[in-house]
Amino acid sequence: MSIDTAPTASATALDATSGTATRRDILHRLLMTLGPILIALIIAGCILLAVGVDPLAYYGFVLEKGLFSPLGIQQTLTRMAPLLFLAAGLIVAFRAGMWNLGGDGQFLLGAVTAAASAPVLVQIMPSWLALTFSFLIAMAVAMIWSLIPALLRAYQGVNEIITTLMMTFLGTSLANVLVKLMFRDPSTTVPQTRTLPVEDRLPRLFETTITSGLLLGLAAIIIVHLVMTRTAFGLKLRIVGANPRAAVHAGLGVSGLTVTVFAISAGLAGLAGAVDIIGVQGNVRADWNPAYGLAVIPAVFLARMNGFAAIGFVFLLSVLSIGGESAARRLGVPNHFTLVLVSIVLIVLALAEYVDHRYNQSRKA
Amino acid sequence: MTGLFSEVFLSALLFGAVTAAIPLLLAGLGEQMSEKAGVLNIGIEGMMLAGAYLGFVGAFYSGSLWLGFLTGAAGGVAVAMIMALLCVRIGLNQIVIGIALTLGLEGLTALLHHFQFSRSYPRLPAADATIIPLLSDIPVIGPAFFKHHLIVYLAVALVFGMGYLYRRTQLGLNLQAAGDKPAALDVAGIDVIRTRTIAVLTTGALAGLGGAYLANVGAGLFIPFITNGAGFLGIVLAMLARGRPVWVLFGALLFGVCLSLTTAMQVAGINIPTDVIQMLPFLAVMIMLVLFGRRASLPAALGIPYERGAR
Repeated sequence: MSIDTAPTASATALDATSGTATRRDILHRLLMTLGPILIALIIAGCILLAVGVDPLAYYGFVLEKGLFSPLGIQQTLTRMAPLLFLAAGLIVAFRAGMWNLGGDGQFLLGAVTAAASAPVLVQIMPSWLALTFSFLIAMAVAMIWSLIPALLRAYQGVNEIITTLMMTFLGTSLANVLVKLMFRDPSTTVPQTRTLPVEDRLPRLFETTITSGLLLGLAAIIIVHLVMTRTAFGLKLRIVGANPRAAVHAGLGVSGLTVTVFAISAGLAGLAGAVDIIGVQGNVRADWNPAYGLAVIPAVFLARMNGFAAIGFVFLLSVLSIGGESAARRLGVPNHFTLVLVSIVLIVLALAEYVDHRYNQSRKA
Repeated sequence: MTGLFSEVFLSALLFGAVTAAIPLLLAGLGEQMSEKAGVLNIGIEGMMLAGAYLGFVGAFYSGSLWLGFLTGAAGGVAVAMIMALLCVRIGLNQIVIGIALTLGLEGLTALLHHFQFSRSYPRLPAADATIIPLLSDIPVIGPAFFKHHLIVYLAVALVFGMGYLYRRTQLGLNLQAAGDKPAALDVAGIDVIRTRTIAVLTTGALAGLGGAYLANVGAGLFIPFITNGAGFLGIVLAMLARGRPVWVLFGALLFGVCLSLTTAMQVAGINIPTDVIQMLPFLAVMIMLVLFGRRASLPAALGIPYERGAR
């Protein structure tokens, strides 16, 4: 597997296949990733010191709960499943030069449709078939939801940042309305959907609590990566992303490709919602919005839209969020600190990439 | 008339609409300036939160709302300085840094609030209104529009100030050029980086002020994540307004009415989930986009960092 080693800081869409990965390149990238993370941890540690928390104890706890304890690592890997689907969807869109910032709305609608359909379907058909149908329905709903921004962008040239942001606000509210009015479980007082029985959810891997959704997520992101880098279809999308006008002159049906990209991207976000519900949560509570999408966007950027690098960043994100949640319960540091930490990591990584790029340039000159 | 459409209810509804609209207006005006200058400022949500928290802390400990507004604006500027340094001067990706700043400030303000106030949510006394004579005596409209805190009138005046700035001044033209054709501005001997930095810092000040208003006047207290997407709404307003400050005002009022309607419905005990009403402004805007979308236009160099001699 080739790892993207092109030294350009600007994420051009076409550099994915360039370069054969030598061991030194990989080492360099690893260093350029771990170094900034260490710096970010130190900066965030200063904030912890300022509010009177021992940073070493905190980080130790986060690492232990998110990475080194058997239960923690299982939770971390489980958390990765929806994030991987989201990242896969974003890779398709971003490589094609389309800013699908509506991931959270698509995610929630996928989650709600899966939560509404799965408990009903499992009663009338075998479990595996029911779950497959739920996945497909969730994907279809998210795809339809993305149709308005897609058509507006494809045929009217309306900026998709604004439309997808609007649709994500709409989608979040609509998901709540659906939970409260249409799919509400009549047997509980709290507004939530019917709960999918644990035995009907996605099977867990071996003897662990890790959801098999993880494998689906890994498959999704690797397939997306290969399609984008190794197929004619992927090349077409990257041309549209690199230069839409050139793509028109090259005879590509840009409008059609635009709608396709939105459909794939939103469909994967819908699957992310479904995998979180069918694999982990079992139901959707009213006002549930984990807002995974917003955190995954910068991670995908930092991975330079490379699927394998994105897996690494998603893993990091999961460790931090699972470890942070445990620390919130045990050390009294609110979970919000995770947001600060993630933010600092992202900024320092972006800066490091810039410095590295500058260094390479000056060495070449 | 009685019930829902009584005079008192209507003027309270409109009063609430103005109160809800002001933060959106300030954020929208700020974002508009950034976008004009070619910087897509997604960190504005974070700037508003910084403004809301520091504005609240300032007002809470000094007892002066005006000092609160000042610290709020300063908070917004502080975040904007990071954005200007990373995205304008160094030229890092604006979307990555913008989202990172928003996430970071969401976390940081919630964290600081936790350690400062623990689980208590102290309230500020209600802001005293500046009552405009004569106009405030008009039924319904008077109490709704002319009994607000002084800063509300200043914010509305700013709309026209901005209009003047963009149409009649050198700086206004420079801002426009920085977004449409930065290379031309550079050739004309004007520093693109500085022009864009001015725009981003102004955005920070306005967003911070908007956040401070939201916390100090709108809510009277700070709660984590208080802005709840107001910054993103500001981005939407700025993009819809196509460079015209007046349209930001209209848009902000439209959203304000819908937000106010949400509260009013709850008070009136009408049994519709608030989510349905919250969808209204977005639905309205989406319909507008479907109908008039073709005419929406954005600066040519929006989101592209400027590097001298890059092409």
